[in-house]
Amino acid sequence: MLYLDFEKKIEEIQKELEVAKIKNDEAAVALYQKELDSEIKKTYSNLTPYQKLQLARHQDRPHAIDYIDMIMTNKYEIHGDRHFADDKAIIAFMGYIDDQKTIVIAEEKGRGTKDKIYRNFGMPNPEGYRKALRIALLAEKFDIPVLFLIDTPGAFPGIGAEERGQSEAIAKNLFELANLKVPTVSIVIGEGGSGGALAIGVADKIAMMKYSVFSVISPEGCAAILWGDNTKIQTATKALKISAEDLKEEELIDDIIDEPLEGAHRNPQEAANNLKEYYLKTISQLKQLPKDELIQKRYEKYLNYGKYKEE
Amino acid sequence: MGLKELFNKLTHKTQPSKDQAPTHWIKCPSCGALSFYKEVLKENNTCPKCGYHFRMSAEDRIKLLADEGSFEEYDKNLEPVDPLHFVDKKSYQKRIQEGYKKTGRKSSAISGECKINGVLTQLVVFDFAFMGGSLSSVEGEKIVRAVNRALNKKTGLVIVSASGGARMQESTFSLMQMAKTSVALSSLAQAKLPYISVLTDPTMGGVSASFAFLGDFIIAEPGAMIGFAGARVIKQTIKEELPEGFQRAEFLLEHGLIDMIVKRDELKTTISDILLFTNTPSK
Repeated sequence: MLYLDFEKKIEEIQKELEVAKIKNDEAAVALYQKELDSEIKKTYSNLTPYQKLQLARHQDRPHAIDYIDMIMTNKYEIHGDRHFADDKAIIAFMGYIDDQKTIVIAEEKGRGTKDKIYRNFGMPNPEGYRKALRIALLAEKFDIPVLFLIDTPGAFPGIGAEERGQSEAIAKNLFELANLKVPTVSIVIGEGGSGGALAIGVADKIAMMKYSVFSVISPEGCAAILWGDNTKIQTATKALKISAEDLKEEELIDDIIDEPLEGAHRNPQEAANNLKEYYLKTISQLKQLPKDELIQKRYEKYLNYGKYKEE
Repeated sequence: MGLKELFNKLTHKTQPSKDQAPTHWIKCPSCGALSFYKEVLKENNTCPKCGYHFRMSAEDRIKLLADEGSFEEYDKNLEPVDPLHFVDKKSYQKRIQEGYKKTGRKSSAISGECKINGVLTQLVVFDFAFMGGSLSSVEGEKIVRAVNRALNKKTGLVIVSASGGARMQESTFSLMQMAKTSVALSSLAQAKLPYISVLTDPTMGGVSASFAFLGDFIIAEPGAMIGFAGARVIKQTIKEELPEGFQRAEFLLEHGLIDMIVKRDELKTTISDILLFTNTPSK
């Protein structure tokens, strides 16, 4: 397990704890455990925006595919946009979450070099967004709710992506998902990078995992453009206010889903249970609404975004 | 006049401000010809030699498209509020003030109602001169209100984009305007009212990936730079040279992404023809 720079002290205590356990020194185990608990509490109740970003991008953080494995049963993966390709950065599964039929459409970053390349680091091409839309419309046809899991640095910036209409693919999703006649929930599980995230982010409820981020541009990109300085990442991260807590406070998202204090990667099952519980509770509420009211409310939510003054 | 000053005047790459027009020369970035700015203005901000389309202000664009005296501006009093108290090298407040000095507006878009060759329509025009034509809460709200007016009056909607994308200083508020404007446009679509999107130089990022590409008809100006990701970012990512003409209007037409490329002097007629074709009873 990788420890981040601000977790060094935790790592040291953890090592001492392991040694004490091996030695069967009960007194020392108790002591180190207590010290560890207090250090964890201290570190994680005071994270800087940049530290939260580091957690959101943590290499061991559960990905879409991990959550799907933990929360879905009797599932089948479905593929392709039926036009051009099967984008590996977008995955789709149909199956059950408890007894709730669900279609999950998600961005998958991949783990390890080979898999990351296979998944294009979670950066979809236009065919990925078209695959997402095709499958969302399939869900609508059979009256099955959709769960979107967002985890992407952004839509892929490439020649082919532009040739095949990256802009159009994203825009079309925003437009069509606004009208999808089934309840939809979108959850940012790691990184919500700009339009590439929003393209599967138009839903009845948008939630974020506690240590995830959602932003208009990557802090790196923002630092380069507005500060003209690639090293200003921490400053840009702070200024952009991209943490779940910030966005909830600004009412740009509906809910925050709790994670283990040290992050979802320290206890993926606990994070998955929270995500599942949130999804099931939310869907059961959304299912009570007549379809036209559901869509009406979705419209109102999006039309209300924005802050301005009228002199 | 010093030599340096003369040299600066001759090699002026961007548009000079209009009060300088009579004495100014402008160099065409496409053919290199030097023209009197007065002549360029007469040709609707295009190069008299090769037809290169210079960027134009929102006011000039409205003059180009709206029947004389028919444009009535709406929502002029919407102003940005700096929801995040954003400060980069300069504060957002300061950038708004600078934009205001430059354009006389606190928004990158002018919205209103006008007649285009006699056809009543809602018109929203972006201006790159105000913070790169960026999309923030104010512009998003202006578009939503323009859609609402179109719905109430059963008119079409024309949006002329010129934008680098979402405004970073409003962060996720700006990002959400992509969804907000797209949701509004789906109401317009359900009412079967026409929406013409005009893409001018440049139309990029969050603007390109929302309302700009949702037109029933998508028209681009010749040579306009249009795309999602910026060329610099793409180059850095793929570490390859980009093909000639990449992300230009002609490239998009070739790849089936837009309906047509229309020269500026034919734009008004094209728009009114489409509005008549789509929004009057069929024989």
